[in-house]
Amino acid sequence: MKSFTQLNGLAVPLMRSNVDTDAIIPKQFLKSIKRSGFGVNLFDEWRYLDAGFPGQDSSTRQPNPDFVLNVDRYKGAQVLIAGENFGCGSSREHAVWALDDFGFRTVIAPGFADIFNNNSFKSGLLPIVLDKEIVEALAAECEASEGYKLDIDLKAQTVTTPSGQVHSFEVDSFRKDCLLNGFDDIELTLQQRYRIEEYEETRRKNAPWLFDTPA
Amino acid sequence: MAGKTLYDKVWDAHVVNQQEDGTVLLYIDRHLVHEVTSPQAFEGLQLAGRKPWRTSSMLAVADHNVPTTDRANGIEDPISRLQVETLDANCETFGVTEFKMNDLRQGIVHVIGPEQGATLPGMTVVCGDSHTSTHGAFGALAFGIGTSEVEHVMATQTLLQKKSRNMLISVDGAVGPGVTAKDIVLAIIGKIGTAGGNGCTIEFGGEAIHALSMEGRMSVCNMAIEAGARAGMIAVDDTTIDYLKGRPFAPKGETWDKAREAWLDLKSDDDAIFDEVVTLNAADIEPQVSWGTSPEMVASVNAHVPNPAADEYANKREGYERALEYMDLEAESPLTDIKLDRVFIGSCTNSRIEDLRAAAAVIKDRKVADSIKQALVVPGSGLVKQQAEKEGLDKLFIDAGFEWREPGCSMCLAMNADRLESGERCASTSNRNFEGRQGQGGRTHLVSPAMAAAAAIAGHFVDVRHF
Repeated sequence: MKSFTQLNGLAVPLMRSNVDTDAIIPKQFLKSIKRSGFGVNLFDEWRYLDAGFPGQDSSTRQPNPDFVLNVDRYKGAQVLIAGENFGCGSSREHAVWALDDFGFRTVIAPGFADIFNNNSFKSGLLPIVLDKEIVEALAAECEASEGYKLDIDLKAQTVTTPSGQVHSFEVDSFRKDCLLNGFDDIELTLQQRYRIEEYEETRRKNAPWLFDTPA
Repeated sequence: MAGKTLYDKVWDAHVVNQQEDGTVLLYIDRHLVHEVTSPQAFEGLQLAGRKPWRTSSMLAVADHNVPTTDRANGIEDPISRLQVETLDANCETFGVTEFKMNDLRQGIVHVIGPEQGATLPGMTVVCGDSHTSTHGAFGALAFGIGTSEVEHVMATQTLLQKKSRNMLISVDGAVGPGVTAKDIVLAIIGKIGTAGGNGCTIEFGGEAIHALSMEGRMSVCNMAIEAGARAGMIAVDDTTIDYLKGRPFAPKGETWDKAREAWLDLKSDDDAIFDEVVTLNAADIEPQVSWGTSPEMVASVNAHVPNPAADEYANKREGYERALEYMDLEAESPLTDIKLDRVFIGSCTNSRIEDLRAAAAVIKDRKVADSIKQALVVPGSGLVKQQAEKEGLDKLFIDAGFEWREPGCSMCLAMNADRLESGERCASTSNRNFEGRQGQGGRTHLVSPAMAAAAAIAGHFVDVRHF
């Protein structure tokens, strides 16, 4: 997995509440059997005025000039400042892949939907939860000053503003460790193979119907 | 020491190991697989030279991309076809049981699991699909996962998880006639909001929940995710046991007796402590209609579209305004004035036999209104379709002007050819009314199957209790 340690990245505000994964990457793009190439269709229905479909020549698309990601000063943004309950709805990890592929490394919000939060850690996108008032203040500062960059330090668990204000955030120690080191958690789990085998042996005796399925 | 909740019991039974920070290695009993969220996981497995840990835990089916019209010529869209063929090939390579597109048992993954008895009480059930919460109706701990976690389960039969908080939603008393499981769950989401259950596993309890059939319980748990909870659960009782007996994947003989005994303990202890408790009075719940672009934007059919300018909506004003603009609705207009272009009866929420019976019962020799462009009925599985045909429901629908289709996810998320055109308005028995969910620019109103059928006949929403 891609690691995340530190970042000094351009921020962009998208303060709608309940941004769902259907909005982040619409369903027609989920037909891909690959993990990459979703960035061009990130927020497709908001970002473009014409209808999007898989395999389209993106140079022919009509960008929606009112959508924040199409505004010149936010080109190259790596930090998304977002509203409450970001990433709700479908479990599609394609939403995380699309944000990552577009260039985002972190999303800062007052809260994330549970599955999106899990998926983010698995794909090297850092979800940062800060108080709603703080997130709203960051968004307002970001809108007010062009070239607004935030310093993110995962090890220290801090977000630092250009004026030097420091905001701390919480993160599970195991997830932090995996993200800092880019660990493959399947490999980590397989190091406990004996534990899984022991569990199965006991369970098979106590609840054989969980294993005897005629598959 | 306080007693355990149902969630505590199932969780505890699956802990393989617990780390100091509380991260648990959780054993997974059942892994359901569909074509959209699995190809990258199978590929990851192959690239790392790994094999599935236990293929007998897996059951695969293609449901999102499959056509609901005649399947004799396969799938027309080459990209959809490739995704389904990729699933077929992966299942072949790794020896995973799959119900292929023309198998009578094919259908929506959350319909076929319970139908086959592949979902059993006390199991941990996962699938790369957020509506996996459906299976919690059986007293299972069932939740949706992303593709990386799909690969993790394939490779290790486990997941790394932190325990959620316990939330009890109790629906006390009895619902009135014409009020269904769908209305109950929409009312719950309206009350607690789409983030109300974030970080929680919800146990649904109370008389109104236990009076529901398994189909109704599945509709309720299905939409736990729409309230923000990855998992919803309902305690096991005789209704659960009766539903499972004799299903193909369910245990038989002595093992059945032993399993049955263990399952009957799958309920929260009387002295169990919940982190949060929410109570609803069943008698207050009326047939529901969603008016906005989030499932929490829902009201009783006899209510009006809210006015975002009202003081009580000060915190939600921007979202409400945006939703009304997208939905092209006037503040304070009656929901019964909303005219529809299409009607969709189907999805993992409402495509089971009881749903189809409820919709068909509303028809009473009447016809779909001329103003409705299309009214689709999409059974949840080939077996549901077969049963409905045995009961003559297909004929009732067809005679009334509905289209009777092949099973799949269909217009719930429009990954196949069934979709709304921009600006069209649909009464839908599905679970999400997000912008563009049923087709770019499409407008979705979530309702029960009976309410959808009544809307198809009237051409606009009506209170099914007086229809």
